[in-house]
Amino acid sequence: MSERAAVAAPDWRDEIFAALKAGGIAQVGYVPDAGHARLIDLVRADAEIRAVPLTSEEEGVALAAGAWLGGMRAALLMQSSGVGNCVNMLSLAKNCRFPLVMLVTMRGEWGEFNPWQVPMGMKTQAALELMDVLVHRVERGEDAAPTVAAALDIAFNGDLVVAVLLAQRLIGAKRWTK
Amino acid sequence: MIGNDRRLDRRAAIRILLDKRGDLLVVTGLGSTSYDAASVGDADTNFYLWGAMGAAAPVGLGLALAQRERRILVVTGDGEMLMGLGALATIGVQRPPNLALAVFDNGRYGETGMQASHTEAAVDLAAVARACGIKEIFEISDELGLREFADRIHHATATVFARILIRADEPPRVLPPRDGVYLKTRFRRALGVEQG
Repeated sequence: MSERAAVAAPDWRDEIFAALKAGGIAQVGYVPDAGHARLIDLVRADAEIRAVPLTSEEEGVALAAGAWLGGMRAALLMQSSGVGNCVNMLSLAKNCRFPLVMLVTMRGEWGEFNPWQVPMGMKTQAALELMDVLVHRVERGEDAAPTVAAALDIAFNGDLVVAVLLAQRLIGAKRWTK
Repeated sequence: MIGNDRRLDRRAAIRILLDKRGDLLVVTGLGSTSYDAASVGDADTNFYLWGAMGAAAPVGLGLALAQRERRILVVTGDGEMLMGLGALATIGVQRPPNLALAVFDNGRYGETGMQASHTEAAVDLAAVARACGIKEIFEISDELGLREFADRIHHATATVFARILIRADEPPRVLPPRDGVYLKTRFRRALGVEQG
C-alpha cells in the first residue's frame, strides 16, 4: 500500500467499532492495550455500550457469559498476553456453548522491541486453538472490519468462541505515524 | 471472632436468602454453594457454575448489566471468591444497583478436603470488597443479619456485598443439573431472551 493510500484509507479501528455496533454489541470488557486505545475510547464514548475495564482478561470471559445469560451481546478486547490468562475460563464458554468474540492485538511479532512479549505472542494462536477457539487473523486494515463482522456472525449465530488476532504489523504501522 | 462451631449453618443460610426470592436471578460458584442453592429447590433462573473458579462474581456482573430490571444474587464460597478477587475491583467500578454478592465464608476449600483458605489465616473479604469501592457491606454471623441482607437484595440502590460466616461442615450434597448448555438455555428461556 502506498503512503498516500494509507493516509486516505478509513481508519480500521473506526471500522471495527462500526462492526461491533452493527453486530449489536452492548457490553465491551477490556484490558487496555495501546493497539486498542482508539477502539476503547470509542467504546467508552458510546452511550449504548457499557465499557467494563477488567483487572484480568479472564474476568471478561465470565462477564460475557453473564451478559449472554441476560440476553446481551458482549465483546472482549485484550492484548495477546491476556489470552494466556483466559485459558481455564474458556472452559466456561466451551461447556455451556456461550458465544464470545475476542479481539486480540498481537505483541511479540514483527517489530516487537520487548522480548518479554515474545513467548506468549508466539503461542497465542496455538493456545486459543488448544481450547477449540476459532481463530481469524488480520494482517491488513481493510480486512479488519469484515473479519470482525464475520466473527460476530458465527459466534452469536453458532454459539462459538471466536478470536480475531490483529497482527502487530498492522498495529505497529499505525503507531509509528504518531 | 466467634468459634467456627457456632457459625451459621449453610443450608439454613441459603434458605433464608432464597426464601422470598420472587423473580431473583441466582448465580452460584463451584461447588458447595451450588449444592446449597439446589437444596432449596432447582430453578430455571439458577445458573450453577461447575467449574471456571473465580467466574461467579463476573458472571453476575455481566448479567446485572444486561438485565437492569431484575435483581441478581451471586452466592459463592470464600475459595471461589479468592480466585477472582480482581472481579471485586471490576465490580467496584461498575456498581450496578441490582447486583448482590454473598460469600459463604467457612475459611475452607470444602471440595478438596477442607484445607484452610486465606480467609482463615489473614484475608478479610468484606474489607477487600469495601476497599474495592463497594459501598454497602454486610458482615453476617447471625440469623438477624442474614434476614436484613436478604431484604436488601431486593431493595438496595447500589451493589451490596455480604460476607456470611458459615460453619465448616459438609451437609449431604444436593446435585443440580450439570449440563452447561441446558443450564444456559433454560435460564435464557426463563428470561425470554432465547430465540427458537
